[in-house]
Formats: sequence, C-alpha cells, structure tokens
Amino acid sequence: MARVKEKISRSLFIIPALALLATFVVYPVASTIYLSFATGDPPFPANYWAVLSSREIIDARGFVRGFPLGALLHNFLWMLIHLPLTTFLGLVLAIIVRNVRGSGVIKSSIFLGMVIPMIVGGVIIRFMFDKDAGVVNAVLGLLGLTTRSWTAHPESALLALIFGSVWLWTGFSMILYSAGLSTIPRDYYEAAMVDGATPVRMFFSITLPLLKPITTVIVTMTILWELKIFDIVYVATLGGPGGASNVLALQMYFYAFRQFDLNRASVVATILMFLTLAAAIPMITSVIRRERR
Amino acid sequence: MKRKWVSTLLIHLLAWSLALIWIVPFFGLLMTSIRPLSEVIYGWWRFEEFNPTLSNFVKAWNHPTAPLSQGMRNSLAVAIPATVVPIFIASIAAYGLARFTFPLKNYLFLTIVALMTLPIQMIAIPIFKLMKDLRLLNTFLGLVTVHSAWGIPWILFFMRNYFTTLPIEVEESARVDGASDLVIFLRIVLPMCVPALVSAAVLQFMWVWSDFFLALILIYSPSKLLATQRIPLMRGVYHVDWGVLSAGAVLVMIVPVMIFAFLQRYYIKGMVGWTLK
Repeated sequence: MARVKEKISRSLFIIPALALLATFVVYPVASTIYLSFATGDPPFPANYWAVLSSREIIDARGFVRGFPLGALLHNFLWMLIHLPLTTFLGLVLAIIVRNVRGSGVIKSSIFLGMVIPMIVGGVIIRFMFDKDAGVVNAVLGLLGLTTRSWTAHPESALLALIFGSVWLWTGFSMILYSAGLSTIPRDYYEAAMVDGATPVRMFFSITLPLLKPITTVIVTMTILWELKIFDIVYVATLGGPGGASNVLALQMYFYAFRQFDLNRASVVATILMFLTLAAAIPMITSVIRRERR
Repeated sequence: MKRKWVSTLLIHLLAWSLALIWIVPFFGLLMTSIRPLSEVIYGWWRFEEFNPTLSNFVKAWNHPTAPLSQGMRNSLAVAIPATVVPIFIASIAAYGLARFTFPLKNYLFLTIVALMTLPIQMIAIPIFKLMKDLRLLNTFLGLVTVHSAWGIPWILFFMRNYFTTLPIEVEESARVDGASDLVIFLRIVLPMCVPALVSAAVLQFMWVWSDFFLALILIYSPSKLLATQRIPLMRGVYHVDWGVLSAGAVLVMIVPVMIFAFLQRYYIKGMVGWTLK
C-alpha cells in the first residue's frame, strides 16, 4: 500500500511537465505532421511534391539568373558560409584572447551580438549596410569600392544578412571554445614543451583533438540556428526584394499566416523539423552514450 | 626575450582592435539614437556637428502607433511569469527524472532531448487553433502558457544534469529521518540549486524577452503588442527614421544587456553547462 502511494506521489513530480508538453508541444507537432500529409489527393507525396517544386522553396532558375534561389537553398547557402566562418573565427578569437589582458571585456563585446534580441540584430544589420548611414559603406567608400544599400538589391540582400549574422553569432563559438580551452590541463602543454614540440604541433596534437566534443556542440547549435533563422530576415528585408533573401521559417509564416495555406505551411515546418533533427543526431547520440555510462 | 615582448604587444593590439571592430555597429546604433536625424543621415561617424539629445528616446517611448512604454510593460508582464512557471514545473520534473525510476524513463528523456531541437514553426498552426478554441488568443495568459511549455525541455535537461551531480547522501539521510519526497525537494535540494536556478532563469527570461515569432502569431491588438513586435512598426512610412528606430532598438536591448552585465557568470554557466556537460 505504501509502495502504491509512493508511486503516485512520485509520478506527481513529472505529470505537470508532461501534461504541458503533451498539450502544447507534442500534440501540435503531431497535428502539423498530419496536416502536412492531409489532402484530397493521394496522400503521401502530393503536398510535399507541390511545395518542393514551388519557386518559393527551390528555384533552379536562380543558378542562371542569380537570386532568388528559393528558401531552402537560401538556408543551405546560409549554412555554407556562416557555419565555417563563425566556427573558425570563434576558435581563432578564443585562442587570441586567452592570454590577453582585459580578455573579459573583449569577450563580452564580441558576445554582445548573442545577448540582444535578434529583432534588434536585424535592425543593426540593415543599418550597417545602408547606403548613406551605414558603416560598411563608409569603409567600402574609403577603399574606393561601390557603395549601395546592400540589403535592398536582390543580388546582395541575402549575402548581406549572412555576413551580418556572422557578426552576431561569432561570440557564441568563441565563448564555448574559451570554456573548452580552459578545461585542457596546462601540464599537457608543459610535457609537450619538454619533449620539444612546436606551438603548431601542440595545437594540432593537443588542442584540436581535445576540442572535438565542444566542436560537435558548436556545429550542431550553429546549424540549428541557421535553419531556424527568422527574426533577422523579417525585420531587415521581409525576405525581399522579390524573395531574394527568403528563408524556410519565413516562408512557413507567409504560407500559414498571410496566405492561410495550412497544408503547405505544415509541409515547410515538417521539412524544417527533419532538417533540425538530422543536424542534431550527433549531439543526441552523444547524450545517449553519456547516459549509458 | 625581446621577441616575446613584441609578440605579446602584437597579440594585445590584434585582440583589442578585433573587439573594437565588433563593437562599432553597436556604437553606431547608440550614436544614431542620441543625435538628431539630420546629423546622422550621412553617417554617425561625422562629428562636425554634435548635439546629443534624448528626443529620439522620447519619441520612441511615446510613439504614436507603437509606443514602447506600453511594449516594455507588456513584455515584462509576459516574461516574468513565463520564466517562473516553467522553471518550477521543469525543475520538479527534472528531480523526478534524476532520482526516481519510471517505466519508459529513458525514452522519455530521449524525447525531451529531441524536443529541444524543434523549430517553433512546427507548433505554430495547431497552437494558433488551440489558443483560439481556448479563447486564449491575443491574451498574455495564452502566450505565457506556450512559452512555459516550450521552455520545459531545455530547463528540464539542464536541471536534471545539475541534480545528478548533487550528492545523494544528504537526501537519503533526510529520508531516513522521515521526510517526504516533496519536502526533501523543496527544503533540501532546491536551496542547493540556487546558482543553477538563476542560470536557467536568466536564459529563459532572455529567450522570452527576445522572442518575436510566438508574439507575432498570438498577440495582435495594438495595445497588447510586445516590445519586440513594435520594432518593425517604428521604421517610418516613406523613409526609415533611423533616429527613432535605433532609440527603440536600444530600449529593447537594454534589458537583456543589463541582465547579461550583472549576471554574466550565470548566463555563461547556463549556456556552457547545458551544452557541454
């Protein structure tokens, strides 16, 4: 009897959380997946085919004519540029800053982009790429290069947003790499130095291998962020001009809340979910492995 | 010896100039917000004339269509409960997952980890319908509820990891003395977790304060709009009024920036902790 009572009281610990999750997260997810398949036509491929072949999502003509390439390809391009740049820059910054006086202040000022609401980040990106008032054009002008409102032209809008987002996000990988570097014991380097290893050798044989777990985390979180990007684009360009800086999350919003095409919107959301799940697999498996231990 | 000195100098120079480059856009935003538009329209870096004024802030605060005074109040009214509620609910569940045994516990944990990666668009349409049916559309209660549910997976994961590092002996001796599970959790475990709870609160508050998407789809009457929703409305009709827009942006970001300035240790611990552990 006491056992049963204990079981009940213990399950009360997790029931509120599970109830909230079931009602406001799990049920909506299932419902979105259902909506993405539901249609009068033969169920499986119809909606997905319609969405994937629409110009908003993939626009192959873009390869000849330039932007827009479609939201899905824009997200991929975002990853292609943003992921290596921020990861590499973050590592370099973390290493440079390590032995510098006032590294706390330096790290905070680089990390500031992560602290502010992304809607503000989008405003600043638009502002710094503005033709007259923007600081990017002031620098380009000094170098004798063309100046223009970079976010207002189809061929440069997306790239401006991507490079702006590099500025915002680099602080993330820098902070995590800094934390990772501080966990490497100094004796490793001292021992290597005694053996006559060069700094370059030490970097590739000690630092880099020991930073591998944190790199997995950084890469995963960065890809998730790139896939989910919304606020920046909404406030800076609203996906324009002419869809040239559109992304999946924004297209989902347009389908659902501007065109009220719930099936298409659900397909885009579901595709987005599969992409984020796929990106998160390395992190999830490492969590599971840790649980087994 | 001399070479070492030179390289130290160079690395300081490099690090500080990089920090300077990174901070320039923020400095520009600040300069634009405290100067009249005529002075900054061709660049805030020109200082031939420099008449700092707070008029942009006054205009943003009392904006005719999107006053930030109201927006900041609304954001606080959402962010505070949407921080307290999920932290309590997720912590108690995290303790349950860390200490008790349940059927399917491992699958439950796996599901929660997977839920952390979800894009918010995945729940948008059904949440909209659900809120409409519950008559919670365009109410703060509705938005707080969704934020609370959405925050549970990561807070649960974070707190559970923290609980598993606590020594179990204290709890066991309390149990021998006849304390119930709930008493042990509230009186013994929670007080030991204050740093972790602060970390979770800082991150959750910042997420809710910065959120734009959920507010965009759930809140629509002009007087109820949150602070982040008002930023896109401050752009001006025919041209971008950078002065007012940047003053608004400064006001909205000042809250998370201040929290970061004062509780940085907890913020970083939270961010590193739940990714690195």
